[in-house]
Amino acid sequence: MARYEKMVDKVKDLMNKPENIRNIGIVAHIDHGKTTLTDNLLAGAGMISKELAGRQLFMDFDEQEQARGITINAANVSMVHEYKGSEYLINLIDTPGHVDFGGDVTRAMRAVDGAVVVVDAVEGTMPQTETVLRQAIREGVRPTLFVNKVDRLINELKVDKQEMQTRLSKVIENVNKLIKGMSEERYNAGWRVDPADGSVAFGSALYNWAISLPTMEKNKIGFNEVYDYCNQGNIKELAEKCPLHEALLDMVIMHLPNPLEAQKERIGIIWHGDSDTEVGRSMGNCDPAGPVALMVTDITTDPHAGEVACGRLFSGTIERGLETKVVGMPKPNRLQQVGVFMGADRVEVERIPAGNIVAVTGLRDAFVGSTVTSAEDMVAFEGVKYVSDPVVTEAIEAKSMKDLPKLIEVLRQYSKEDPTLRVEINEETGEHLLSGMGELHLEIVRYRIENEKGIPITASPPLVVYRETVQTHAGPIEGKSPNKHNRFYVEVEPLESSVVGLIKSGDISMNMPELERRKKLMELGMSKEEARKIIEIHESNMFLNMTKGIQYLNETMELILEGFHEIVDKGPLTREPCQGIKVKLVDTKLHEDAIHRGPAQVIPAVRQAIAAAIITANPTLLEPIMSVFIQVPQNQMGNATREIQGRRGQILDMTTEGDTVVIRAKAPVAELFGFAGDIRSATEGRAIWNTEVMGFEILPQNLCNEVATQTRMRKGLKKEVPKASDFISS
Amino acid sequence: MLTLIGLGLYDEKDITLKGIDAVQKADRVYIETYTSTLTGTNLETMQEIYKREILPLTREDIELHAEEKILDEAKERDIAILIGGDPLIATTHVDLRIRARDMGIPVKIIHAASISSAAISLSCLQNYKFGRSTSIAFPQRGIVSEAPYDALKINTQHGLHTLMYLDVTDETNTEHPNQHMTINQAIEQLQILEEKRDENLIKEDTLGVGIARAGSDEPHVHADYLSGLRDYDFGPPQHILVIPGKLHFMEGEALVKLAGAPSTATK
Repeated sequence: MARYEKMVDKVKDLMNKPENIRNIGIVAHIDHGKTTLTDNLLAGAGMISKELAGRQLFMDFDEQEQARGITINAANVSMVHEYKGSEYLINLIDTPGHVDFGGDVTRAMRAVDGAVVVVDAVEGTMPQTETVLRQAIREGVRPTLFVNKVDRLINELKVDKQEMQTRLSKVIENVNKLIKGMSEERYNAGWRVDPADGSVAFGSALYNWAISLPTMEKNKIGFNEVYDYCNQGNIKELAEKCPLHEALLDMVIMHLPNPLEAQKERIGIIWHGDSDTEVGRSMGNCDPAGPVALMVTDITTDPHAGEVACGRLFSGTIERGLETKVVGMPKPNRLQQVGVFMGADRVEVERIPAGNIVAVTGLRDAFVGSTVTSAEDMVAFEGVKYVSDPVVTEAIEAKSMKDLPKLIEVLRQYSKEDPTLRVEINEETGEHLLSGMGELHLEIVRYRIENEKGIPITASPPLVVYRETVQTHAGPIEGKSPNKHNRFYVEVEPLESSVVGLIKSGDISMNMPELERRKKLMELGMSKEEARKIIEIHESNMFLNMTKGIQYLNETMELILEGFHEIVDKGPLTREPCQGIKVKLVDTKLHEDAIHRGPAQVIPAVRQAIAAAIITANPTLLEPIMSVFIQVPQNQMGNATREIQGRRGQILDMTTEGDTVVIRAKAPVAELFGFAGDIRSATEGRAIWNTEVMGFEILPQNLCNEVATQTRMRKGLKKEVPKASDFISS
Repeated sequence: MLTLIGLGLYDEKDITLKGIDAVQKADRVYIETYTSTLTGTNLETMQEIYKREILPLTREDIELHAEEKILDEAKERDIAILIGGDPLIATTHVDLRIRARDMGIPVKIIHAASISSAAISLSCLQNYKFGRSTSIAFPQRGIVSEAPYDALKINTQHGLHTLMYLDVTDETNTEHPNQHMTINQAIEQLQILEEKRDENLIKEDTLGVGIARAGSDEPHVHADYLSGLRDYDFGPPQHILVIPGKLHFMEGEALVKLAGAPSTATK
């Protein structure tokens, strides 16, 4: 183990030299070879034996991940690489490719400064390439490109040298088109990937070789030679002459920023506090002497250490025993162990300075996305932006009553680790409701409960999560407190869809400086008067206080907002969450004494008034829509399109590339259950496909009543949708 | 008919003879316990002494379901509701009276002693010099209401005394379930408000009169500077606090001799 220990010593040394650190993520469409790439990088850098790599899928910790051959949760490793005579510490986060786990990708992006985007040379850019690239660019994470599986062009498609060049150029061109489309500003500022400057590498992760312009010059092996090696099946020699890790890690070190450079730029994107405070300055400078500022991006459970929180330390130095605060939690949390990751191992160290990816225990109150600090009153990091909200829900129950406490504990744990998973208890039935990003997401959670935790469960068929919204204006509607001594007057109306979009993408939030928020909203057409009066954004609903000079309103507002939260979390139609509703408080009459306007009075009064207003404002349901991408041989095209059209789907675009057809379509989640099996049998297993949550669309009117009734009955509610008068008494 | 019957201050014996008479004649008797509770008795004792079955009403029964729970029946029959203190001093019941009137139900009120008069009696202060009263509520979601500060400020500017009712909660208050606020807690809250408002209204040497268990056999009254009252043990509930305004010389003498106020405080 001497080599291992030597490596640990190097890591401990390098983590103090931010110039020599790179925090990177590897992102790709599913099956484009991320995990294999990571394994071989680790082997090349001497972190695991070469024999193991490529076979073991080192990063795929989960038994289930290995069985499925896909990566579920992002995992962390560190490695050391020598470049031009200096050693560098590369902290690497592997991210899942399947979009059902999109939340993990976004979180991983928060911790890193640069990304290696992996694209399959044969398949080219795919929908998830676009998704992960967008996440990277939005988080201010600079991309480089690795074109993988180049050997497939030569050995499977048997293209000639000319055609190989054309195809590779096409891949690069498409990636650049995506980058430019997402941020022209970034593209022009040098984020374009270009083989000529060494920000693109080509190779095969599986066969462990890669080349880039700098390595071509050094090793004298270019595309011609690569073609010949592959053609002759002499890949072993190619891998010896052009090792994968050398080209890739050289590229990472040369092109991706170190934490000092990156944090200057990125702090403004991921943190909206005042940059002129001590903690703001310290994060900008990646200062190890400043206050601690850590963003938790992942929580895992270790059988020995318990909950391990991983994240990026942007400022300060953490050490064992340090007292920190989880922003928003009342009590301090004392750090117990602090460490860095190496493969599945967490190596404990004494102290870690700013700029590193860290793993700590002792943060009892932390959840994924938490801000941990030693500063007083630090503004929390911007919430991690998820691409999509949960769209599918299932009710699960332990088969045996005696497993119930264990099940509750496991679910609590899972929902802490995975913020895209929501767990609720249905109080009427005692079932647990699991909501997630798709069928597969929930399937994996169920698998883990049964096989890893050994709790036999039964599950209901998956159900769609709908949203409630309004289509017209209503109000003012009067809500009275139960004691009749307080009155609240509210109006509701639809929130502009452009505003809803920006709230969902996180570009408009209550954390951002008010002036900036106001400016953005006014650009979208909101009046200055209204933009100034926003006091809460909850999910994608807004609460505006339009009143003026009402005594004691400020000390009652917290309770008013609780009433607002309650009703938009469980809307009046079906108790599904609301979306895109603007609620305006236009007048209020309050009792002078706080005793007569406590929570039991204010919360129901506000909740009922808003409920009645929503019911009056022509409410409707929205359903989640998936974008569907299918690649099939031409002779199967008809079968594939029929599968879409039979599901209330809509074909958006069809392109032919050689003998394959690429179909882009959309279809409601409700109709896509079982799609995997159906498309397989319809196309004799020849279709490559994937789906991704696109957003919510209004449910067709003829289905609306039916869905509302079914949902209400399932939830044990009265069958009929309530009337406004059910919420407010005269 | 609906008869609202005051129970008075402390135990089952504080009801008036008129009240007893109405309890015994009513077709049905309810008791409301959420606006104030009699600390010196319980439901069993009352039923025994009044020789009647008494049905408790919750806050929801009165606030949300008054029609079906009480008023519909009161159209035909005589319904009595027992209420601590004087039945209409806790302001919430005026709504019940209005609704009864709208339904054409006659309402009769039988008074009893109220804390608002008992506290004034015990305070050694003169009734006609009190300004608006106020209440001090437990903080909700960390927020201490400024309403008592505003009331005190206005009264103080006019040299008037301020009567401060202290919060009593039931189990529906999730942050402070089933609590009676003590005089000590009330003073703490006033000081938090002073820190926030910083208008030099509530000072260490502001005089206060604390009253505990008015109406019981052992009422306790003690006057001192707030610095002293803050840690003074008044014993079991219920408590009430008075902040005197400008003192008449008779009030001053009474505070020193009857309530133990420091002689310096009445100058």
